[in-house]
Amino acid sequence: MRIEMMVNANAESHDVEARTLLVHYLRDAVGLTGTNVGCDTTSCGACTVLMNGESVKSCTVLAAQAAGEAITTIEGLGDEFGQMDRVQQAFQDCHGLQCGYCTPGMVMAVTSLLRENPEPTEADVRLGLEGNLCRCTGYHNIVEAALAASRVHEVHQ
Amino acid sequence: MSILGNRVLRREDPKFLTVGGTYVADLELPGSVHVTFVRSNMAHAKIVSVDSSRAKAMPGVIDVFSNDDLGLANFPTIMEMTNAAMTPPMLASGTVRFVGEPIVVIVAETREAAADAAELVVIDYEPLPVVIDPVEARKDEILLFPEAGTNVAFTLDFGGDDTLFDACEVVVELTLANQRVAPCPLEGRSAAAHMTADGRLEFSSATQAPHGVRDALVSFLGLEPEQVHVVTPDVGGGFGAKASVYQEDIVVGWCALRLGRPVRWTETRSESMVGLGHGRAQVQHARIGGTRDGIVQAYRLDVLQDSGAYPGFGAVLPFMTRTMTSGPYKIARAECASVSVVTNSTTTTAYRGAGRPEATAAIERMMDVFAREIEMDPAELRRRNLISKDEFPYTTPVETVYDVGDYHRALDLALEVADYEQLRTEQSRRRLSGDVRQLGIGLSCYVEITNGLPDGEFGAVEIRPDGKVIVRTGTSPHGQGHVTAWSMLVAEQLGIAIEDIEVIYGDTDVVPRGAGTMGSRSLQIGGAAVNQAALDVIEKAKDLAADLFEADRGDVVLDKASASFHVVGSPAVSHSWAELAAAALAKDGGPLFAEVDLASPGPTFPFGTHVSVVEVDTETGKVTVLRHIAVDDAGRIVNPLLAEGQVHGGIAQGVAQALLEEVVYDLDGNPLTSTLADYSFISAAELPSYETRFTETPTPVNALGAKGIGESGTIGSTPAVHNAVCDALAHLGVRHVDMPTTPMRVWSAIEEAAARTNAKGQG
Ligand code: FES
Ligand code: FES
Repeated sequence: MRIEMMVNANAESHDVEARTLLVHYLRDAVGLTGTNVGCDTTSCGACTVLMNGESVKSCTVLAAQAAGEAITTIEGLGDEFGQMDRVQQAFQDCHGLQCGYCTPGMVMAVTSLLRENPEPTEADVRLGLEGNLCRCTGYHNIVEAALAASRVHEVHQ
Repeated sequence: MSILGNRVLRREDPKFLTVGGTYVADLELPGSVHVTFVRSNMAHAKIVSVDSSRAKAMPGVIDVFSNDDLGLANFPTIMEMTNAAMTPPMLASGTVRFVGEPIVVIVAETREAAADAAELVVIDYEPLPVVIDPVEARKDEILLFPEAGTNVAFTLDFGGDDTLFDACEVVVELTLANQRVAPCPLEGRSAAAHMTADGRLEFSSATQAPHGVRDALVSFLGLEPEQVHVVTPDVGGGFGAKASVYQEDIVVGWCALRLGRPVRWTETRSESMVGLGHGRAQVQHARIGGTRDGIVQAYRLDVLQDSGAYPGFGAVLPFMTRTMTSGPYKIARAECASVSVVTNSTTTTAYRGAGRPEATAAIERMMDVFAREIEMDPAELRRRNLISKDEFPYTTPVETVYDVGDYHRALDLALEVADYEQLRTEQSRRRLSGDVRQLGIGLSCYVEITNGLPDGEFGAVEIRPDGKVIVRTGTSPHGQGHVTAWSMLVAEQLGIAIEDIEVIYGDTDVVPRGAGTMGSRSLQIGGAAVNQAALDVIEKAKDLAADLFEADRGDVVLDKASASFHVVGSPAVSHSWAELAAAALAKDGGPLFAEVDLASPGPTFPFGTHVSVVEVDTETGKVTVLRHIAVDDAGRIVNPLLAEGQVHGGIAQGVAQALLEEVVYDLDGNPLTSTLADYSFISAAELPSYETRFTETPTPVNALGAKGIGESGTIGSTPAVHNAVCDALAHLGVRHVDMPTTPMRVWSAIEEAAARTNAKGQG
């Protein structure tokens, strides 16, 4: 079936099997491989993307369910000049990534978390990221990055 | 000013943060077909028949193979000492020995078609009795390899001294479970293979050791080394479990050869949980003895190692455990013996620490039990027995030679950061008031061995005519940040900015040799090789500069601030690196280049002290980690940011083992933790932020003065947390709770202790 959606502000339209998951639509049909798959039980959050600004685990959403919606992946963050946004920058500044496999999902989860709760406490961040697993960083610097990003005020037009 | 020791941000990061890494599953491979394995759902059974006909007939299926079709030899034993009758076939043939063992491989046009076809393969099993518990396996009643006549895969026994504890006033003993855990790199195993136009096998692998993968493909598939090209794109973590080659890797390579088409394989998490090697899995019996005033005199550790179904690296982990038997203590007499047995479970392998966390867990738990027995503060007992800084190099009773250390300093600093006295006061307060939430304070003084394997490492530095630098390294980072760290080392020597330094790894065509990244070896041997290559290239540059200056070679100096060479006393006339690279090209037609095969100068022994502060809810058994203090000494620190990152990750995995994670099988050998929904992979919500400090005692063993830092966090943290939980319960009459100290176990231990006390009161 043909499924259309906006991905990172681009109109996408691809023919896929009805059972195709959003994560595979993004990776295989659209060709955006930044979003990773880390499990098969909705447990790890490696596949987290934004759907209309809110984080979803793209391995639990059928591409068909996302038809007509606006999806943002790691490739869609930052500005057109290649400048990273405050969350991406905070991950680098705080060494919030090692192998990088959880990172796109983590960055999207933090982005969504800060939208919902612009001034989170450390406990808020830890609870908010419970569904995003990382094996490398021990979370310390990811939490730091989320808190650091929350202190940077984005310029909204 | 030196760049070393600075918190240089990772050069690797921007890509990961803007478009994501390129892992094997992300590689474009036009026309590629998908490989799927049909795995055993029986823990131990005879394979009566395999019927793949319906799967083969399915549209989209290219072919289906079983072990007979492959015609490949079994995997060899990992060491000559492991039982030669226990080698695994590429795909199970005749007998399956664990749930998850691959039996049939399917190649199909799409991942979906392969998965559908897997459902159609009919395997007829004749069940055999199952043995999961290594203690049972040791009895040799149910045999995995009847032809071997035993389940014992490997033993380490240097005999025992019956009088070991004779001089001791106090002797205590304990049986400890160092449970089986799953390494869980967030990316599972993955490989992609195709034949190039010139007939070579190009193989992409999510591995820690690309050259090891190349060598295995060469030997199993009967190819020449030049015919195989292995590359590692980005790798999503390894933790030791991706250091060895797996049967699936070889089968994927075989399929590419056989079919002449590009093939790819990425395991699912559920497959990974039973297919990727597991870690730890020891049952330990420890005995410790000493004087009433706190001098530990004797220690013996007996290890029963669960190897899983086939003896792999896990079977020989006790080597490492034994090496570190007596920990950081001066114990006059210490022994360790081990037996490794096969069981109907996933094969065990190296997992962050690989044999050393097990040694530390045992001695550190026993130090606490001994302290309690003689009613001495556990910190004081440790202080009295630590090896002093003026006693190095120090040879332990098991003949391990520790290079250098200041163990007391790490202990003191950790206690100071923790404010130990204050913590004990708060603990007493809660004990006296009968607080529901009791405080536990756990210590762990550790020493561990890094770069413990004999391999050397390759490093090369090349200056290009545009003044940029190409560094090649035989290490194979997968999150450790070698690009940043190695460029810092080279920048420090050459005076060239790190932005102008490119670091290449993980490609067997471009990097001729390499042992890879494991065992906390990379900086001290791989970094040291690169560092040496940089020094060598300076010497070559000086030769060239001397010619250009028509000066005496001895008078040529490198000014690092300007990254140029001049003659002593005449800095006005200089030649840049670029000019010297051009001179090299003009002189002998080649680049300005140096390569080094650095032989291993031997192992180093990082050490430290961790303090864990936990709160235990005595009504629910729930443990909350309030604080974790880590003082680690890995010698010279090149980049504290990276070193801390290693410690952080290690601590999380240590806390996970102490509190939560455990691979569990039912009695029939069915894994009960084969998804991330069932396995208690630790999350951010279960951890605090950590308080980390480094002391720096440079090692004389290598030129950098550096020791490994990759595994210390896990080694130090696990017993600290475990001891903290037991410490919180000690006044309630609980002597020991095995890991993982889950709410159920903690609660039961409290209940049992209360029942014992009541019974005593009545009796
Ligand atoms: S891949 Fe989606 S939650 Fe794990
Ligand atoms: S950085 Fe490796 S899993 Fe998070």
